[in-house]
Amino acid sequence: MSALTFTLKIRPNQRVDMSPLVCQHLHECEPTEIAAMPLRCGKQTVRVDELFSISGTDSADIIIKNSFDKLDFIGKDLAFGSITVEGDAGAYLGLSMTAGNIIVDGNTGLYAGAEMKKGYLEINGNTGDFLGGALPGNKMGMKGGLILVKGNAGDRVGDHLRRGMILIEGNTGDYCGSRMIAGTIAVMGTTGRHVGYAMRRGTLLLWNTPYISASFNDCGTHTLAFLPIMFKAFASLNSRFAEPATAFNRVQRYAGDMAEMGRGEILVKH
Amino acid sequence: MIINGVSIDATFAEAFPMKATRAIITAQNEKWAFIAAQAMTGFATSVIACGCEAGIERCLSPAETPDGRPGVAVLIFAMGGKGLAKQLETRAGQCVLTSPTSALFAGIESDIKIPLGKNLRYFGDGFQIAKVIDQTSLNPNLAKSSSTTKRYWRIPVMDGEFLTEATTGQVEAIGGGNFLVLATSQPQALAACEAAIEAMRKVPNVIMPFPGGVVRSGSKVGSKYKALNASTNDAFCPTLKGMTHTDLSADIESVMEIVIDGLTKTDIDLAMRVGIEAVCALGEQHGIKRISAGNYGGKLGPFHFHLQEIMA
Repeated sequence: MSALTFTLKIRPNQRVDMSPLVCQHLHECEPTEIAAMPLRCGKQTVRVDELFSISGTDSADIIIKNSFDKLDFIGKDLAFGSITVEGDAGAYLGLSMTAGNIIVDGNTGLYAGAEMKKGYLEINGNTGDFLGGALPGNKMGMKGGLILVKGNAGDRVGDHLRRGMILIEGNTGDYCGSRMIAGTIAVMGTTGRHVGYAMRRGTLLLWNTPYISASFNDCGTHTLAFLPIMFKAFASLNSRFAEPATAFNRVQRYAGDMAEMGRGEILVKH
Repeated sequence: MIINGVSIDATFAEAFPMKATRAIITAQNEKWAFIAAQAMTGFATSVIACGCEAGIERCLSPAETPDGRPGVAVLIFAMGGKGLAKQLETRAGQCVLTSPTSALFAGIESDIKIPLGKNLRYFGDGFQIAKVIDQTSLNPNLAKSSSTTKRYWRIPVMDGEFLTEATTGQVEAIGGGNFLVLATSQPQALAACEAAIEAMRKVPNVIMPFPGGVVRSGSKVGSKYKALNASTNDAFCPTLKGMTHTDLSADIESVMEIVIDGLTKTDIDLAMRVGIEAVCALGEQHGIKRISAGNYGGKLGPFHFHLQEIMA
C-alpha cells in the first residue's frame, strides 16, 4: 500500500486550513470521499481535489508535496500515523496532536507543535514564534512528546510549556522558555534576550552562555547524572543531538525565574 | 542416586509464591555501588522476621547500567506486594539515598509498578525535579507500552543530586528453594557450601539471601511454643541424633542449607543444579555424604523441587 499523497496543484492566495487531512479523518475513506472533502481557503470552501492531486491509499502514511507556507493546521489533532511535508508548512503545524509523527522538510510558521500532547514533530528548516507554546489566552502549551528543529526558531519557544522536550539545533529568538511550567528545552545555538522569562519549573539546556536576567541566581557548576540518560535517549534521533560527542554532563546551573516561582533552571554547558 | 560418592535423597525442596522486584544501584565506582547494595540488602535473610529477603544478584558493567556508571543489581522478595513496596521504599530511602554518589533505577519490567523514588522525592522539600523521558516520542517505531515512558526524580542532596527512577516493576516469584549439605565435619560442610555459592552466584534471576548464601539454622514449620511459627529443624541437628526422630546417620556431624529465591521455577532449578554439582564435585573424599532438602510434607508451599529430577 503506497502512501496517501497530496500534491499541491496551485498555490492559492488565501491561507488553507489543512486540519481535515489527518490520518484519523481519512481512515477508511474512499478516494472519492477524500477528493470531495471540503477545505477552508480564506473565506471560501474548496474541494480537496481542487487544490491537490491525490494518489496512494495508505491513510496512516500521508505525504503532502509542493507544500508552501500558507498551508495551516497540518496534522492538527493527529492521533496516529505519520505526515510528511515536502516543502514549507504554515502556522499551527501539529497543533494539539496526540500521537504519531510529523516531519517537515522546510520551514514552518507560527505555533508549530503548540499544545501538542504526545508524538514526534521534526522540522528540518526554521520555525516561527511560539514553538510548542500555548494558544493566546491558554495557560498550558505543549504537554508531552518531542519537537526537533534542525534550523532556527523564533521568539517565545516553549511558552507555557508543561511537559515534553523541544530540541533545537540552531538558534532561538527572544524569550526562549518564557512562562515555562515544566519540561525541557535544549538549544545548541544561541538564544536571544530574556531566556526563561517568568519560568516556574523546567529545564533550559544551552550550549552557549546566554544573557542571564538578574532574576536568575547562579548555583555553580555541577555534574548532573540525568544528563547522560537524557542524551542516551536521543540516540535514535536523526539529529546532531544523537551524536555521542554532543553529550555532556558538566553544567553551570542558574535557578529562576526568581520573579516567579523560581524552581526552574538554566543549565549551560561548562 | 549417587554422584561422586554423594547420595542425593529422593526428596524435594518446598517453596512458596512471593512477589519480587529488581533495582539497579549505580555509583561513582563499583566499590560505592556495592556498599549501597550491601546496605540495601542487609537484614533481609528471611521473611520470618526481616520483612523481606534480599540479595545482590550481580555486578553490572557501565555498559549495562542506565547512566553508564558501574552498578549492582539487587533482588528483593516479599510475601505480598504491599510488603514488598514498603520494604523497597524504606531500604531505598535509608540505604541508597544516603549512600554517596548513588543513583537508583528500575531493574525489571512489569505492568505492575511499585514506587522506587516516587515518594523519596519528598525528601527534596520542594526542590526536587521530575524528568520524563518518553521513548515513544523519541522513536516512533517503538511499540507503545508503560515501560517506554520513564519518569526520573532529581533530588538535591549534599553531595550533588540523587537521581532515581520513579517506579520499578513487581513480578511473581518463588521463595524458599533449598538443599541441605550433609558432611562429616563442620569445615567440610562449609567448604562445600562456599563452592556451591560461588557457582550459583553466576546464575541470573536468583539470590541466596542468607549470610554468605549459607544458613546453618535451617528451620521446620511450627514449634512447641505457640508464639513461634518456625523452629530449629531438629531432624537435621547433629547433636540431637540420639534424642529426636533424626534424619542423620551416625557419620554426619554437620548440616548446612542453601536457600534460593528466584524469579521463576526454571531459575531455581538451574541454581540448585549448579550448586549441587559444585558440592558433588568435592565428593565423598572431602567428607560430603548426602544432599537432602527441606521437605515439610506439603505444609510450606506449592512449589516442589525434586532433587533427583533436577540432577537427572
